[in-house]
Amino acid sequence: MQLDEFFVTGEPLIYGAMVSIALVTAAIIFILTYFKKWGWLWREWLTTVDHKKIGIMYIISALAMLFRGGMDALMMRIQLAFPGMNFLNAQHYDEVFTTHGTVMIIFMAMPFLIGLMNIVVPLQIGARDVAFPYLNAVSFWSFFFGAMLFNISFVIGGSPDAGWTSYTPLAGAAMSPGPGQNFYLLGLQLSGIGTLATGINFMVTILKMRAPGMKMFQMPIFSWSTLVTSFIIVFAFPILTVALALMTIDRIFGSQFFTLTGEGMPMMWTNLFWMWGHPEVYIVVLPAFGIFSEIISTFARKQLFGYKAMVWSMIVIAGLSFLVWVHHFFTMGMGAFVNSVFSISTMLIAVPTGVKIFNWLGTLYKGRIQLTTPMLWSLAFIPSFVIGGVTGVMLGMAATDYQYHNSYFLVAHFHYVLIAGTVFACFAGLVYWYPKMFGHKLNERIGKWSLWFFVIGFHVCFFPQYFVGLDGMPRRVFTIIPEWMPLNVISTVGAFGMGMGFAIFVYNIYYSLRYNEREKSGDSWDGRTLEWATPTPVPFYNFATVPHVEGLDAYLIMKEKGQTTFDEANLKPIHMPSNTGQPFIMMSIMFVASFGLVFEWLWMAIAGLIGVIVMMAFRSFDYNDGFYVKVDEIKRTERSARGL
Amino acid sequence: MAGHTGRFPVKHVIGFILSIALTLLALWAALGSDLPTVWIIVSIMALAIIQAGIQLFMFMHMIESESHNGHVPWNMIFHGLVLAAIVVAGSLFTMYSGHGSGGDHDGDMKHEQQQEQHEGHTEH
Repeated sequence: MQLDEFFVTGEPLIYGAMVSIALVTAAIIFILTYFKKWGWLWREWLTTVDHKKIGIMYIISALAMLFRGGMDALMMRIQLAFPGMNFLNAQHYDEVFTTHGTVMIIFMAMPFLIGLMNIVVPLQIGARDVAFPYLNAVSFWSFFFGAMLFNISFVIGGSPDAGWTSYTPLAGAAMSPGPGQNFYLLGLQLSGIGTLATGINFMVTILKMRAPGMKMFQMPIFSWSTLVTSFIIVFAFPILTVALALMTIDRIFGSQFFTLTGEGMPMMWTNLFWMWGHPEVYIVVLPAFGIFSEIISTFARKQLFGYKAMVWSMIVIAGLSFLVWVHHFFTMGMGAFVNSVFSISTMLIAVPTGVKIFNWLGTLYKGRIQLTTPMLWSLAFIPSFVIGGVTGVMLGMAATDYQYHNSYFLVAHFHYVLIAGTVFACFAGLVYWYPKMFGHKLNERIGKWSLWFFVIGFHVCFFPQYFVGLDGMPRRVFTIIPEWMPLNVISTVGAFGMGMGFAIFVYNIYYSLRYNEREKSGDSWDGRTLEWATPTPVPFYNFATVPHVEGLDAYLIMKEKGQTTFDEANLKPIHMPSNTGQPFIMMSIMFVASFGLVFEWLWMAIAGLIGVIVMMAFRSFDYNDGFYVKVDEIKRTERSARGL
Repeated sequence: MAGHTGRFPVKHVIGFILSIALTLLALWAALGSDLPTVWIIVSIMALAIIQAGIQLFMFMHMIESESHNGHVPWNMIFHGLVLAAIVVAGSLFTMYSGHGSGGDHDGDMKHEQQQEQHEGHTEH
């Protein structure tokens, strides 16, 4: 293979990207070397098994991916506002929308939420770490290397261009030759390992490691949403794994599962993809519901209205999420009966979701509402999400879906549910738990600026798309007719508003790090749940003494009784897991194996897989059982953290 | 950890060898044997059931007293089975009840004719 086949050539934008990647990499290496931080990076981050640090790494990666996906979005919006300028050609546009969708769902939304789960859930349920800390590190590094693999595709080998859904036969070897589509398959496969392991990890953590006395129906609602999400992950992800593996075998080894020839069934890919894909929507939106519930309850200064109904509606949503997948392809030709069945199951989902909306309103009713930044994000979510939900019911009617299918109406709908649901929740949750993670709040004034830019920009961007969709504009086109022009220009203006909002948010991180006052207590927002009972910064063992939980809003009850998580009379040595570099090394070898498969260099793939098996054998004979934190050390840590 | 008793895990090694052997046997049945298709399917299914049994009893501690307080986790098994049923039955339902795929050819022809008529109507 020639070097010019290996690197993508001929596109000025991509040359620019190459230069900036080289510069940023050089800068990072220089800074780490100059300040002698390599050892710190390895000891504190790359080898950590601490759920809080893993969570922070998830969120930093997700923010980077949000930037990447956002840049893709802005490029598409520029192209559609100035279609005559030839800013992107058809091929490049296809690659950009494929990357945008894949990055935003798989490498932004899920890791962001999993990062928040990592940080918050063990603290909320009174655990000292997740059930399997080593596996947790494996999960993170598999996501990280999967994301890296997918992201290098645009400079090495070429990006996938068959849409984030990668429908066959278009995505098959016959119509999409070359490594591009393999990057999609292997990148998702590699990060999918981590997601599945995370699902198992949190399921066990929440079922087995709750503080003494905490019954299932006394768990904070975010932990509940994580548990339900974990179940969906464990049930849905194997379907994606199998589908991706089948397409990989199709493309690399010439089998005929999804091909047009040899009795292949291209439509089976669509079917399997959405069998995972629809539950995936709930994987990214249920934790968001959990975050909003926590924030609304905290800042309305009321117990969450209808807690049990909230939990049950999540469970019902999780069950129904496996019964509606066909509504993504009503027009494929299954016939009226199949479509009717799935139309009805789709509309059923609106019922538990409606219950949740009314419960949030019920929580706000007669509350003493504090309009903090996380609360404003949550309040912005409710009406925006309702618009997305109502248009979702419109799309769910099979007969009318023939009109909306593949139009900008659909694009507007899923951005209304995914941005107003998931992205608002990511921002809200990050602002809300930021003091717990970094020891200081984000600046409120700058935070509100970023919120208003983002929320208004969001509506300006996506509300016109409903109408341009009804005017007949299809999705995934790089050029438009004059009739669609005005609404597209408005959309682009809104998209840049959102970009401004994100930029201000990032500036706020820098500003707050320098100028905001440090937290003196661990209870930044006068919280209700156990994560606020720990001091800030949270000691690595979380709880010096694990409290006995007596009801919902455990910390509120503790505060009334004057209890803390530092009961000096009852201190015992704490058993903690040791750091290990194995997950990082194992997954970097897996990255090499996957990269080999992408280019169909089987020697490299086989060598890499053998390396992974060797690492697994190492793990099997690893008898490191962790270490004990001595009582004296706990006393010293807690006294200095609590200012005693 | 209580797990390190120092005994050689005979059961696990036997289970591991058995599961590899069964997989190879299934591979041979599909690729190397001259069995009629129906019997290939039947034999693969039978091998799959044995394989599942090995996983559940030799690795998943289904009936060991220290796991799950001695109870068989019927709840989880039930959920797993429901999901598998949804995937298999759901795929058959969506893939084979439409116009495009499967069914006998006569049926297909009728459907296509109906569809053409239908499309004719909408154009008026």
